[in-house]
Amino acid sequence: MIPSRETQEKIDAAVREYPHARSALLAVLHLIQSERGYIAPEDQAWAATRMGLPPAEVAGVVSFYTLFRTKPPGRHHLQVCRTLSCQIRGCRELLSYLEEKLGIKQGQVTTDGRFSLVTVECLGSCGTAPMMQVNDDYHENLTRERLDVLLDSMK
Amino acid sequence: MSANGYQPLLLKNAHRPDSATLAAYRESGGYRALERALKEMTPEQVVEEVKASGLRGRGGAGFPTGMKWSFMPKGSGEKYLVLNADESEPGTFKDRLLMEEDPHLVLEGFLIGCYAVGCRHGFIYMRGEFVRPTRILLKAVEEARAAGMVGKNILGTGFDCEITLYRGAGAYICGEETALLESLEGKRGMPRLKPPFPAQVGLYGKPTSVNNVETIANIPLIVEMGPSWYANLGRPKNTGPKLYCVSGHVRRPGVYEFPLGIPLKELLFEHAGGMLREDRPLKAVIPGGSSVPILPAAQCDVLMDFDSLAAAGTMLGSAGVIVMDDSVCIVEALLNLARFYAHESCGQCTPCREGTGWYVQILERLERGEGNSSDLDLLLDLSDRIQGNTICPLGDAVAMPVRSYVTAFRDEFQHHVTHKKCLAKPAPVPV
Repeated sequence: MIPSRETQEKIDAAVREYPHARSALLAVLHLIQSERGYIAPEDQAWAATRMGLPPAEVAGVVSFYTLFRTKPPGRHHLQVCRTLSCQIRGCRELLSYLEEKLGIKQGQVTTDGRFSLVTVECLGSCGTAPMMQVNDDYHENLTRERLDVLLDSMK
Repeated sequence: MSANGYQPLLLKNAHRPDSATLAAYRESGGYRALERALKEMTPEQVVEEVKASGLRGRGGAGFPTGMKWSFMPKGSGEKYLVLNADESEPGTFKDRLLMEEDPHLVLEGFLIGCYAVGCRHGFIYMRGEFVRPTRILLKAVEEARAAGMVGKNILGTGFDCEITLYRGAGAYICGEETALLESLEGKRGMPRLKPPFPAQVGLYGKPTSVNNVETIANIPLIVEMGPSWYANLGRPKNTGPKLYCVSGHVRRPGVYEFPLGIPLKELLFEHAGGMLREDRPLKAVIPGGSSVPILPAAQCDVLMDFDSLAAAGTMLGSAGVIVMDDSVCIVEALLNLARFYAHESCGQCTPCREGTGWYVQILERLERGEGNSSDLDLLLDLSDRIQGNTICPLGDAVAMPVRSYVTAFRDEFQHHVTHKKCLAKPAPVPV
């Protein structure tokens, strides 16, 4: 998919911001992903051409960083922190509750495309464990009750 | 030393609802230090003051900041200062707080740093997940630009400094400074061999200094109050205020600011409210983020500073204090961390790439009750083979904890072998 004119303008601006254009590669991939929701093989090919890089270089970068997705997520991408502080404050119980409530396992998307569920490593929010990030936003000090309210608000 | 009555310096504005605005920052005396540095001091004098303050880096290594800056070559060549805002050490959540609650403090420190090392284009490497802090910091940069403090001819002094925020994309390893620089150049975040050090060959091959957010937030304080005032805070060679991140089984988890050297037990039992559940006593504390050796409860009478914790066989690290009560199974806790390091290893060095996977396999076996006695020594042997044999410290950052957990809690590991189950008494978690 060729990025929209608006995204292409943002990409041009990102490239101009750095003394060396290559520095903008992560920004370019973020912009592509924010428009499409993920980065498909043809998007990688487009980025490689735009940046004047071999496709393998772009693929290497996409696969290195966990925020770059190569499959479409749900509209609400639930990222449950699984690292130690969250584990000892109940993230596993939280995850089981989410799996049960949504009827999917981690790594899956609900059939209506509303939710996707993954576990992630420490999000730097250990004092408010357990927590998760939904799309860009942090949701902290989670309990079953708070999850119920939160999920109901996400259409 | 008791820290009761201490008035926060780094978090002094954090309680204000408008703390992120330029107006609020100015009202509390903000940007006076930048003005003083630019108008009354040479860059060398700033470096000298930071040296004299005794400030040691708050990112984990505790290296003296003034000395790091003094390694940068003099002269007007292209040089870079990079702010490491890739906070991702498990147990650590102080830099995010600083950026969200007092972005101008961070920005002022960064601008003074750019002036001190002769950088005219500074980069702030933001953790990719930190969308909100990035938004807040970007707004602060634009506010500061409109007020003549970012861009050309800052405060009419002829000093030019552009600032660019760079968004990472999720990789713990990019908190390591050379991996961060690779990432900033648009590549996979694979650490570089040192030497050459970044002060000689850094970003785009140019001299570069990389500093942590909390470190940089100390700079305005040093310039404004003077290095001797600053050096009186804390303990000898461990000077200044410190942000301690307390998480786990305490009543009031959160970020606490006290001088370096506060007793760990005072931090936990007076300030953080003590243990979460009365019937669950303290079992162990990780004092400096997941990469440091663990302290069993009996060894927790320590002061929270670089040298005291080193003497106790562990590290202050990022001051991510993870508190565990007796419901925690140490084998399971270590497995959680081993999975973290296996996931985050960049894969460049064999001992780390393979070793972290081995740790996971062995610990999973022990967790399932399928381990045997030789597995304990195998874990220790693996640590010996990883530590010191990798390009970057990620290998050490898992090898040292593994060795300390197995050594300090050997009975518990042995119990998993002999009885095929856990010694700890799990508590129902109220979720």
